[in-house]
Amino acid sequence: MPKPDSLQGSLDLLVLKILSRRPRLHGYAIMSAIKDRSGDVLRAEEGSLYPALHRMEEAGWIRAEWITKDTGRRARIYDLTAAGKKQLAAEESRWEAVTFAVNRVLRTV
Amino acid sequence: MSLWSRIANVFRGDRVSRELDEELQLHIDEAIEQGREPAEARRAFGSALRQSEASRDIRIVAWLESLRADAVFGWRQLMKRKVTSATAILSLALAIGACTAAFRLIDALLLRPLPVAAPERLYDVARQGVFEGQVQTGDTWAYPAFRLMRAAVKGQAELLAISSAERMDLTYRADREMEKAWVQYVSGWMFGTFGLRPSLGRLFTENDDLTPHAHPYAVLSHDYWTRRFGQDPKVIGRTFRMGDDLFEVVGVGPGSFTGAEPGKTTDLFVPTMMHAGVIHDDWTWHRTLAQLKPGVALEPVRARLHATSRAFEEERAKGFTGMSRQSIEKFLDLKLVLQPAAAGASGLQQDYRVSLIAMAVLVVLVLLIACANVANLMTAQASARAREMALRVSIGAGRWRLVQLVLVESAWIAFLAAALGSWFAWWSAPFVVSRINPADNPVRLSLPADWRVLGFGLALTLFVTLLFGLAPALRASAVKPMNALRGGADPHSRRRMMHALIALQVAFCFLVLFVAGLFAATFNRLSHRPTGFSAERLLLLETVAQPAQAPVFWDQVAEQLRAAPGVETVALAGFQPLGGDSWNGFVSVNGDPPGPILAYFLKISPDWIDTMKIALLDGRDFRPGDTTPGMAIVNETFVKQYFQGANPLGQRIAKGSQDFQVVGVVRDAPYRDIREPILPVAFVPLHSVDAKGAFQPIRTATFVVRTSSANPLALVSILRREVPRARPEFRVSNIRTQAELVASQTLRERLLATLALFFAAVALLLAGIGLYGVLDYSVLQRRREIGIRMAIGAQAGDIARRVTADVFRMVLAGALVGLALGMASVRYIETLLYQVKPTDLAMLALPAFAILAAAFLAALPAVIHAVRIDPVTMLRADS
Repeated sequence: MPKPDSLQGSLDLLVLKILSRRPRLHGYAIMSAIKDRSGDVLRAEEGSLYPALHRMEEAGWIRAEWITKDTGRRARIYDLTAAGKKQLAAEESRWEAVTFAVNRVLRTV
Repeated sequence: MSLWSRIANVFRGDRVSRELDEELQLHIDEAIEQGREPAEARRAFGSALRQSEASRDIRIVAWLESLRADAVFGWRQLMKRKVTSATAILSLALAIGACTAAFRLIDALLLRPLPVAAPERLYDVARQGVFEGQVQTGDTWAYPAFRLMRAAVKGQAELLAISSAERMDLTYRADREMEKAWVQYVSGWMFGTFGLRPSLGRLFTENDDLTPHAHPYAVLSHDYWTRRFGQDPKVIGRTFRMGDDLFEVVGVGPGSFTGAEPGKTTDLFVPTMMHAGVIHDDWTWHRTLAQLKPGVALEPVRARLHATSRAFEEERAKGFTGMSRQSIEKFLDLKLVLQPAAAGASGLQQDYRVSLIAMAVLVVLVLLIACANVANLMTAQASARAREMALRVSIGAGRWRLVQLVLVESAWIAFLAAALGSWFAWWSAPFVVSRINPADNPVRLSLPADWRVLGFGLALTLFVTLLFGLAPALRASAVKPMNALRGGADPHSRRRMMHALIALQVAFCFLVLFVAGLFAATFNRLSHRPTGFSAERLLLLETVAQPAQAPVFWDQVAEQLRAAPGVETVALAGFQPLGGDSWNGFVSVNGDPPGPILAYFLKISPDWIDTMKIALLDGRDFRPGDTTPGMAIVNETFVKQYFQGANPLGQRIAKGSQDFQVVGVVRDAPYRDIREPILPVAFVPLHSVDAKGAFQPIRTATFVVRTSSANPLALVSILRREVPRARPEFRVSNIRTQAELVASQTLRERLLATLALFFAAVALLLAGIGLYGVLDYSVLQRRREIGIRMAIGAQAGDIARRVTADVFRMVLAGALVGLALGMASVRYIETLLYQVKPTDLAMLALPAFAILAAAFLAALPAVIHAVRIDPVTMLRADS
């Protein structure tokens, strides 16, 4: 397993969320989506995206498939699995709990 | 993706790598397509190699992958040296196979729990006493004693009476032909206590075993039901005749249960109450198994059983007349013991326990010798590969990675050997079982190849891998790159280990040879022991009359057989010596009170002594009118025992109320067993009369036929037909030859001698190969030194001495250790030996000589190699 980096916890959440809205994306498109949706604030480190994708694939949250694009090139696209949907819900509520707690600290201190 | 896919990915690693690279490349291409600077995109992406490594580790079980790589590499290494690998694998296969076979036998006979409820709480009730300095154990009981003991421990333990399964004659009413089946008398409550359920019909309960002779019912074993009746459900209610009783089949037992007596498989279970001995307090005919209730301590139960048994025997001893108080005391002074019987209790266990364990020890020694061989082989190779290892270390391979590399190669050897070995075990275990008993009466020992055997084989293989692989692996991994790459690693430490292993091999080899020699000598002495009769061309027809017939009719049948072609003489005996039966009693001479030593008896017809070709030393043979009681013929030992060697002719002996006058003396011949000293035997006439002078009918007897053809078995079918034709009440139940009876006396010794000699040959061969390998290696290592010595004028003899001196010292040391081991181990196998002294010079000289000869042969090629070294080429090369 790779060492967790700064985005480790949230990267999974972001990837799962994006795949839940827009299924069948390849790696680069997922990265672009994270960048665009966050208004350029969040940038998945390009290097850590792929190990994360493969780890989630291994865990059964997403599944991969090779397709041939219109340009004739092969691409590996990702899709959410049932387990992935469950995981997304869990990550979302965890994230909310964490941000809620952090906000409370920020407000009270 | 699951673990399974990760494991599967190991075997398509190339594809996984290719796809990863393709995906990462696609990412960069996309970035460039989106208009980013190629250089910037690459920089932002970071090291593609690192990403792909990280992803690869996620998608592949990394350790498994390295294992796979090592396995492929190890296989290539094996294939590179086909001959050495094959030698290692074959020798290990033989050893592993033999070990597995030995385990199969030991497991089946001694370890495997019976398929019954709570086998761990099952005990065999036995009595132990010291006779003539030896502890002897007997586990047969009289039923009245059993009944008292059962009542005494009620609540703490359940006692079961179970007879030994016997081959009996029976006829199903519909079929006229008599057939044989293994019948076992069991307590009615046995099935319930064992928690067994019927396959069909019902099993016995306590109510089927209450009144003597009142429960003519039988339960078939599942195996017999299948073999004899093809699982016909209509078998319930069928009847068969056995002896004078008509039995009804009431049920079929469960598939798993074939009796509680490993080595025999029961066909028919019958209640103990149907056994004639059930009312006699001096017939000991059944085993007593005790199943302790949960949580009950053993010792109080034992003590209570002991007290009850002793009280019973004391009561019985009051009826003994004429025995001295001392011999009665000795008879009573037996200790009751409870022997664990989770695996059941049988005579085969008693007879073969020590033999099997001795065999197992021999095969383990052979396995160790084979392991030492392979270890030496691997060490020699490791040294040849020292540079390769050093290179691996210098480019960053960890120590454990190298250990794994070498161990995987060892595992290849071990697993290939195990595969071959399991085939060998598959074949050899049943082969050994088939040799235990004569062909017409085989031991029936079920030898399932289940998870127990599989687990043992697997554990053994892993153990063996570590045994011969670990030391060379650790050694290889401890390589110091600097030294090895310079080419100057210390060769001596490696040689020291190899030499130690040689000493070990020789020690074990000596032990195996020594024990094999003892077994071979035992068999040799036993089979050359004079028997006092001639077994040649003697055919024995064990015959049953239904119903029992007067003696005169038996004589008529004998007369008819005499007229058959190819028959020389015919005589009759109650049973035949060495056939497993015996009949004994205390004898009083000339009206004196009987002494404490048992005499043995045999009923014979006139001419039996002549037919057996036993020498008549004095007096006369029986005549047609002689009867029991009346006349007796005694053997030499009887004369020594009861007449102190004085002339016994005309003297009177009595057995109980029966009185005999000695009319003849014959030469000693074995009666029960050819191993034991000759017993005092009195022969009495087959025709016996009761107190009123009426002739007693005879149910079973044996026609002893001396044939004129060299192969007595040629007459079997004729004689088998001739007997019922003479009188329809007579049937031949079994035909054997006297030679077979004699041979069956030494079956165990023959088996032990054959197997031990086989393993001795294997051990010697392996040790020789090992020795050859080590010497060859050491010459190879020292070739430069030898070259230098020759260059400065060393003689061939000097070189030879130098090359072999160390190894021969090791051989000597090993032989001495082996000798000590042999001396120490003899007392464990003493019971298996016959008139063989382990301290005989021949017993010791033979293995020593064999090992020296093997060592000499093994050293020859290496020495020739050494003295042929050309100093000039050697000094030029590699410098």
